[in-house]
Amino acid sequence: MPEQMATQQNSRETLSFYITGFVLLVVLPVLNVLPSEDSWLYLSDFRLNQFGKFLCFAILALGLDLIWGYCGVLSMGQGVFFGFGAYCMGMYLALQIGKESVYGSELPDFMVWTQVKELPFFWYPFKSFAGALLGAILVPVLFATIFGFLAFRSRIKGVYFAIITQALAFAAWLVFNRNETRLGGTNGLTDFKQLLGYRLSDPSTQRGLYIMTVLALGAAYLFCRWIVASRAGKVLIAIRDSESRVTFSGYTPWMFKLFVFVVAAGLAGVSGMLYVPQVGIITPAQIGVLPSLEVVIWVAVGGRGTLIGAVLGAVAVNYGRSVLTNYFPEAWPFILGGLFVIVVTMFPDGLLGMIRKLSERKKTPAPLIKAEGSTAA
Amino acid sequence: MSVAGIPMRIILLSLVVFLPFGSDLRSALAAGEEGQTTSSSPQSANPIDQALLDIKSEDAAVRSAAAALLIEKGDASLLPKLDEIRADADRATRQAIKPVIDLLKNHANLTSEQADTRRSAAADLVGTGRPEAIAWLEASAAKEQVWWVKYTMEESAQLMRLRSEDQTVRLLAIKKLGDLRSQNGLSALKEFVETGAQSEATDEQRALATAAQTSVGEIDSWFWWAGAIETFFRGISLSSILLMMSLGLAIVFGLMGVINMAHGELMMVGAYATFITQQAFIAWFSPEHFDWYFPVALPVAFLSAALFGLVLEATVIRFLYGRLLETLLATWGVSLILMQAARVYFGDLTAVIAPQALRGGAQVMVGVYLPYNRIFIIVLSIVCVLGIYFLLFRSNLGVRVRAVTQNRNMSACLGIPTRKVDAYTFAFASGLAGIAGWALTMVGNVDPGLGQNYIVDAFMVVVTGGVGKLAGTIWASLGIGGLNKLIEPISGAVYGKVFILVGVILFLQWRPQGLFAAKGRNADA
Amino acid sequence: MTDDNLILNCQNVVMDYDGFKALNNCNFSVHYNELRVVIGPNGAGKTTLLDVICGKTKPTSGKVLFGKGINLVGKNAEDITKLGVGRKFQAPSIYANLSVWQNLDLSVKRASKGVFPTLMGRSTPAERERIDETLETIGLTEHAHDRAGSLSHGQKQWLEIGMVILQDPSLLLVDEPVAGMSDKETEQTGQLLTKLSGKQAIVVIEHDMDFVRQIANIVTVLAEGTVVCEGTVETVQADEHVRAIYLGRAKVAH
Repeated sequence: MPEQMATQQNSRETLSFYITGFVLLVVLPVLNVLPSEDSWLYLSDFRLNQFGKFLCFAILALGLDLIWGYCGVLSMGQGVFFGFGAYCMGMYLALQIGKESVYGSELPDFMVWTQVKELPFFWYPFKSFAGALLGAILVPVLFATIFGFLAFRSRIKGVYFAIITQALAFAAWLVFNRNETRLGGTNGLTDFKQLLGYRLSDPSTQRGLYIMTVLALGAAYLFCRWIVASRAGKVLIAIRDSESRVTFSGYTPWMFKLFVFVVAAGLAGVSGMLYVPQVGIITPAQIGVLPSLEVVIWVAVGGRGTLIGAVLGAVAVNYGRSVLTNYFPEAWPFILGGLFVIVVTMFPDGLLGMIRKLSERKKTPAPLIKAEGSTAA
Repeated sequence: MSVAGIPMRIILLSLVVFLPFGSDLRSALAAGEEGQTTSSSPQSANPIDQALLDIKSEDAAVRSAAAALLIEKGDASLLPKLDEIRADADRATRQAIKPVIDLLKNHANLTSEQADTRRSAAADLVGTGRPEAIAWLEASAAKEQVWWVKYTMEESAQLMRLRSEDQTVRLLAIKKLGDLRSQNGLSALKEFVETGAQSEATDEQRALATAAQTSVGEIDSWFWWAGAIETFFRGISLSSILLMMSLGLAIVFGLMGVINMAHGELMMVGAYATFITQQAFIAWFSPEHFDWYFPVALPVAFLSAALFGLVLEATVIRFLYGRLLETLLATWGVSLILMQAARVYFGDLTAVIAPQALRGGAQVMVGVYLPYNRIFIIVLSIVCVLGIYFLLFRSNLGVRVRAVTQNRNMSACLGIPTRKVDAYTFAFASGLAGIAGWALTMVGNVDPGLGQNYIVDAFMVVVTGGVGKLAGTIWASLGIGGLNKLIEPISGAVYGKVFILVGVILFLQWRPQGLFAAKGRNADA
Repeated sequence: MTDDNLILNCQNVVMDYDGFKALNNCNFSVHYNELRVVIGPNGAGKTTLLDVICGKTKPTSGKVLFGKGINLVGKNAEDITKLGVGRKFQAPSIYANLSVWQNLDLSVKRASKGVFPTLMGRSTPAERERIDETLETIGLTEHAHDRAGSLSHGQKQWLEIGMVILQDPSLLLVDEPVAGMSDKETEQTGQLLTKLSGKQAIVVIEHDMDFVRQIANIVTVLAEGTVVCEGTVETVQADEHVRAIYLGRAKVAH
């Protein structure tokens, strides 16, 4: 019976969730701490930290998957919300540098260069950690609410929405690059020293941040799964399949889109917030048009419309990137571009779709996404 | 002894005041009053030959008298001799000769064949400060045909009159400069206003200040308008660049349902094709034919971009018809690849040298200078629009393209080769991008990021204009280009872009389908 | 007949597409629990009429009164759906990537269809029972957990009818339900529609005259955006004017 199959699949998913959680949360940190440095089991601090970064991106990808993979609304501006979260945390960390800065001033270094005498008003909330946490989530959420309200209510959809969000990413990049926005201009915020009294250069602090990231990713995953499994999750898919039918079933599509857009923005904020202390720098280069699009390719590669696919894609693409840019620094744009073309034209279901196709060849084929109705505008 | 009715004394006085080598002339002044008795050289029959000898004199007074004579009587034929003398003369002599050379050269240039040379000679004469030049300028102005050269001559003459000692001459000059809307006179006029405002100012100075104030007012308001006209022109110029980009985008978007994010890179292909054509001309043809590279580059740019488009259509786009978002993503990938390929192959920055005809610009009125390259782009965009209009709405090919757009299956049944129509339409739109790239080499560098600079704006145009509407694309590019240039001086380019984005979003609140929405029973299908 | 008996009353509806009048002073009314069939040549404005009623398009002028005098013009589609107008489209419009059961579950009439109630809500046993009943009615019980996109064309048509039924509309608008169906499927659809009328008013657009004869009581003929004739199948078929219009000989007098 199909229902049994569904529960079977559910329990398999739960099991793999726990196994992955155990590996990420216990096995990897233990491999980092226990084995001696020459053991083949040893996981270096650098690798663990890098993995933490990939998992941050996975949270970002989850958000995009909700809005694009499930609801069919392509946002090419997720980098902006990521940037809001990252900058909120970055401002807190920059203020934590205190007298340790190069100029020994209470103000962040870049303000000293640019002759800012007094802390700008909007920096005040970020003197406290709670303010930074709250800001990293609320700023993207509020911004997404306003932007999404204007966009969705007037029924801007499909490519129109994609283009508008791309323009948003472009505009945000321009604005963050300016010195007078008092956010460090092109150089961004960096040179952080401590977080809540822990030295950021300390491996144990980085390990702690890694564990926080894993927990956040787990929570984000469960939250997304809860949404997707609910009836609202079905409405999202219904909107993707046939938006006009949804209105004739009595739902207001734009409100659902707005909701899921705001959730995605919040997740992006969380992702950015966790990213900054682990990477130690945030610059406008991370919030522009291209970074926003890279999120799209992670999800596409992993398999849109499946949460695991988003996580898988984010980790796989970024891992591939870190390996390849080491050996062939000039080749990455070619590979990224090639991925776009190949995944979109040949593997619309991504890695996960391919795996499913292979494993379920004998059983009934169940494509994740089929170009039925219109997935586009 | 006088020149053009002005006493020698005044000429020399003014030289004392205005020229850096005044100290030499102060003694010359003394010498002038005593007469030319101190000349140490033997007298010569020809006063000019004599002056050419005197200019090398040890005595400063003799030198300056000789210089004055040369300026008054000499002409351009003396220049080689003077250069010769200067080449092996001592410092004092060189200083005495320099103004002579300058004046003679500029005087000669006032009658040059080249309008630009005449104009710059007229402008340069102001700097010499020699009142003799006033007469020359006025005489030339009376004969001058080109209004802008004539204007500069008159302006220069009046600027020199400002230095006169005669109150009425100065007042008249001030008024004339106001009438001429002279921007070059602005700083001198403002000085008069300031001097007149001081408490110890004389009545004469006050009178000058009042007149100057009126002239300054006239000039300022004139230049406000001139600035407005130039801003308008820059807006139109940006609009036409956007229009040329958006036309190709709008065609593939509206007619084929494809969002081509690589459109900017096809433009880049056109620009590099132009660059390569130029290099080929440099390598294989003689320099006098160099300018021909530009017209030759037009078909080269069109065809190479069209070829890229054809390949892109055959390998990527054709699998994605009807899936807008997918075309957007795949073409983004293509754009990344093309950009990186250009970066790897050509490096970061190259530029094209504009052909002679497109250098410089036209001075259409005082304070309004329109560069030829911008005018060229505006004209080209109009030609493109007309071309597309005729191709789509007045030709057999256009009928087929539109038929395929409206009903693919029915068109296929009627024997229209829809696959070919798709491919050619896409190639044509790509070729348009190539033409846009060809034109853009005239206003900027050729670099791999060329397409990216305009692509976001171009898409805003397409979205605002409404899908598949030629008129919408035209109006939207005018609106967005114009607004961009209008806001830029007020808020800076960055916030200008932000305002435009906000503007477009708010506009779409009011008209979600864009300016010219498709109406009818299939409108939201 | 008095106005009290009318569930739908369209008055002087005009729909002007840039000079082309898809509806031209159309007056059209339907009684409670009536099954009405609308026929007419291509381009007569039949689908446009349904579009205007259900809020898909806004008419240029005119009134659409529903139930106790509520004017539907200017209301958006979701609100009209909530008032009790159900619409089945010509091309089957279902959610291909959801299961049949989920398709129906989304369509069930509920107190609120806002974001948060939908997010938190679980189907009540009563609702599940209704969905199962409907599955039975439309003959898709066996396919309840199949992906809707994998159904056959006829099954998709039925699924959509099922979805509309679950919305509990008091007025059901059905656009060419049997296009592309086999004879057997057509007959079953006819039976289904006849069964449903009596509980709700139904407006059916159809071309297939055999099918029209099977289900229709009163037929309305629409041509060039106006009602030209109304009556039983026999009267309409006997009408010379209607024949002339179908054969393209006569113009419609507005």
